[in-house]
Amino acid sequence: MSEIQRQNDSVSVQEADFDVGAEIAALSAGRVEVGAVASFVGLVRADKLSGEGSEVSAMTLEHYPGMTEKSLDAIIADANGRWSLLGTRVIHRFGRLVPGERIVFVGVASSHRGDAFAACEFIMDYLKTRAPFWKKEDTPEGGRWVDAREADDEAASRWD
Amino acid sequence: MSVKVLYFASLRETLGYSHETLTLSADIATLGDLRAHLAHRGGVWEALGEGRNVRAAINQEMVGADVAVADRDEIAFFPPVTGG
Repeated sequence: MSEIQRQNDSVSVQEADFDVGAEIAALSAGRVEVGAVASFVGLVRADKLSGEGSEVSAMTLEHYPGMTEKSLDAIIADANGRWSLLGTRVIHRFGRLVPGERIVFVGVASSHRGDAFAACEFIMDYLKTRAPFWKKEDTPEGGRWVDAREADDEAASRWD
Repeated sequence: MSVKVLYFASLRETLGYSHETLTLSADIATLGDLRAHLAHRGGVWEALGEGRNVRAAINQEMVGADVAVADRDEIAFFPPVTGG
């Protein structure tokens, strides 16, 4: 597990699961200036494989240690420049995960909900297109790397 | 000039290498030059060829093909990212 930490921003890239409730609570713990916390949790979906009856049984997430943490930190710094934020927390898992398991957590604290909602969505959109993670699905025929989606590029480009 | 080159995900599997250290000749000035040089090895290395959807980073920052490479750079090639 590796971490980058500023005063109220932190990033973890880890194999272990995380406690969503504890992470949300930590964003406002002892800080009465926080008026809003928005969060997002991404999960492994049991998608049907294209043209087949079987479903994804597991996936393995690979990442680029070092660059992953730097890119997430840069995205958070960018978010802090765009909105008035009081704290951010990003956790992204790697390794083998099965459907239903949590992959990613983004939590944002701010004075008012608008900034927290927007920054949470922005961080996810940028993470999808800029953080060096790659998913490989287990299928009955063996491993298959997931293709990048154009929709993710479009979602990220609306913040340009 | 000596650089470390890393390969990730499907590209790592296709090439059969996760990393290598290369001594570059003076005519390789940019990331694009290095990519063309590697693709020129032929066979599986054509996965780095022009028109293939490959991204790259120098010293852990995503950059374009026209960025200069320098001695002791850490250079990475990988497919478009699919995290989140």
